[in-house]
Amino acid sequence: MAKKTKKNDRTYNILFCGIGGQGVLTASEICGWAAMLAGFNVKKSEVHGMAQRGGSVESHLRFGKKVYSPLVPEGDVDYLVSFHKDEHQRLKGFLKSGGTDLVEYLADAEKKLEDTRGLNTFLIGVLSARLDLPQDCWMKAMEKVFKPQYLEQNKKVFLEGRSVAQK
Amino acid sequence: MTTTAKITKKTDRKLLSGNEALAQGAYEAGVISAAAYPGTPSTEILESLVQFPDLDVQWSVNEKVAYEVALGAAVGGVRSLFACKHVGLNVAMDPLMTSSYTGITAGFVVVIADDPGMHSSQNEQDTRWVSIYSKMPLLEPSSPSEAKEFVKEAFKISERFDTPVMVRLTTRISHTKEDVRIQKREAPSQPVFEPNAAKFVMVPGNARKRHLVVEKRLEKLKSFAERSRLNRIEKGDKKLGFITSSVTYNYVKEQYPDASFLKLGFSYPFCDDKIKEFAKSVKKLVVVEELDPFLEEHIKSLCIKAHYKHPSFRCGELRPELVSDVVAGKKKSVKQMPARKPRLCAGCPHLFSFGVIKKLNLFVTGDIGCYTLAAIPPMSTLHTCVCMGAGVTFNEGIRKAKPGQKVVGVVGDSTFVHSGVTGLINAAYNKAKGVIFILDNRTTAMTGGQEHPGTGLTIRKEPTKELDLVALCKACGADNVDVMDPRQREKFEKLVKKRVNEDSLSVIIAKHPCKLIK
Repeated sequence: MAKKTKKNDRTYNILFCGIGGQGVLTASEICGWAAMLAGFNVKKSEVHGMAQRGGSVESHLRFGKKVYSPLVPEGDVDYLVSFHKDEHQRLKGFLKSGGTDLVEYLADAEKKLEDTRGLNTFLIGVLSARLDLPQDCWMKAMEKVFKPQYLEQNKKVFLEGRSVAQK
Repeated sequence: MTTTAKITKKTDRKLLSGNEALAQGAYEAGVISAAAYPGTPSTEILESLVQFPDLDVQWSVNEKVAYEVALGAAVGGVRSLFACKHVGLNVAMDPLMTSSYTGITAGFVVVIADDPGMHSSQNEQDTRWVSIYSKMPLLEPSSPSEAKEFVKEAFKISERFDTPVMVRLTTRISHTKEDVRIQKREAPSQPVFEPNAAKFVMVPGNARKRHLVVEKRLEKLKSFAERSRLNRIEKGDKKLGFITSSVTYNYVKEQYPDASFLKLGFSYPFCDDKIKEFAKSVKKLVVVEELDPFLEEHIKSLCIKAHYKHPSFRCGELRPELVSDVVAGKKKSVKQMPARKPRLCAGCPHLFSFGVIKKLNLFVTGDIGCYTLAAIPPMSTLHTCVCMGAGVTFNEGIRKAKPGQKVVGVVGDSTFVHSGVTGLINAAYNKAKGVIFILDNRTTAMTGGQEHPGTGLTIRKEPTKELDLVALCKACGADNVDVMDPRQREKFEKLVKKRVNEDSLSVIIAKHPCKLIK
């Protein structure tokens, strides 16, 4: 199988997982916008419908010069962003060998966050430290996704997550 | 690491789902009217269209009604769109079949979203077969960008060949987001509707002549499909060639970027000559498709030697990691751990209704909605679920088979209006007794909270005539119609006990708004 090897042609594969109501889809939405604003072809796939009823929620996000499949094949995930330990357990097999598992930051988020609703933004901040997208794109992405009254608080939480991961 | 891609001009690109992109495409194509009933994964098509100013967009009572409203608009002379999920199309099949005969005046596009893997559906039907059955052309985009482009093409094909055109999405197209280019709206076409009984009055004498027209139209569409740029040959390695369509194309293309491809976008009528030409040009030909052997059976009929998926792949989603097994002719193997199941939300009013029903040990005929989740343990209080409206009608049938058994039916408010009401009339007319619960949570909850006639608001949240459910149920012939908040546990239980033990036809409207609507 001739997979893309050239550095410029690299496709980034990110899997977000959690349960309904945790903001998984909002997190992948922000990341999708950030990648798009940075000029990449973006594909993001998820299943709606049952998301608000406590079921598993997973969102596949891929970006690169040209992305075909909206789903990350099992074993090809570069970054696994877990919002829930059980879901991490269920989907960790999707990580490629040498892929980045961000599950350790779940405990950090729980310690640092006053309001658990900030979990998605915190984890996006963590992820942003590992991805090579300009910070400006992340900020603009959040402006696209959050209502104005929630924007400043979310930017703060994002930067908190980002700084934790940069340490 | 460095970022190499250029900063995108933000004005002309948006991150859109397949449903949003399709709505954008319809808008750009000058659509004027659109109608649908909500259903996952197609709901957001109408929710996106309503964001555009000046369009005539409606939630209809059910898919049959939506189809007829939208078809009427197209016959009347404006570009029009109908959208549904796969099982919704079944409800609209009656007008659909004959609309193939009448044709249209202005473009008419029928959008269907299939749900391989049944993420939120009661069956896994492959609606591509409907194109053969109804003799309508079928387009299959593979991505959000293509959904936008194909719907524009669909309007053109519709007007050129005087036919409704089917555009089929799947969950992985509807709910995939992609960066999509935004373009300007074309001036809507405004052909003039002329009364033409031979074309629009489908009595036998006229319909016989129209059937001949339909058959001729299929021939013309077939030769158009041969030339259509939507059926694209991508020349690559001659040793390996794929015939594929829909989102599957993307999975295969990524796994085998160097192979040759015949990517079908105009899937029906089949482009036989192009298929034969492509088959000849490659050494090993593999047909890859999700769900039914739709392409397979036709390609086999052309006596072309090809490799097909193992029949085990007819069930469930085709995921990218499975493609190499399909190519190798292997059986489907899925190792993934089961996902966490959804459940009724904490504080959901349905929990109170089912709490009482469970306590009284009743047999419950169910319906389609959040309340279907009451079938899952530990609640385990719902015993059947087939289709929209069957909570009412199934109830009548079970009673006939099981005299003496205490049977009740449950149906949601939106679902009752969709197709429960006819069942209630039928029950009254045929002297059936028993209790039907309308679990009235003031919204179409399962699909994300859409308005319906019972909420008194339109898709634009404008006030409108609110359907009086009590008067309606009485008019249908119910002997008793009670309205009560199921959270008044003792009172509610007392009422249910009383009605269940009566020899009459009763409707209990358990009324309390969904926790998720504000």
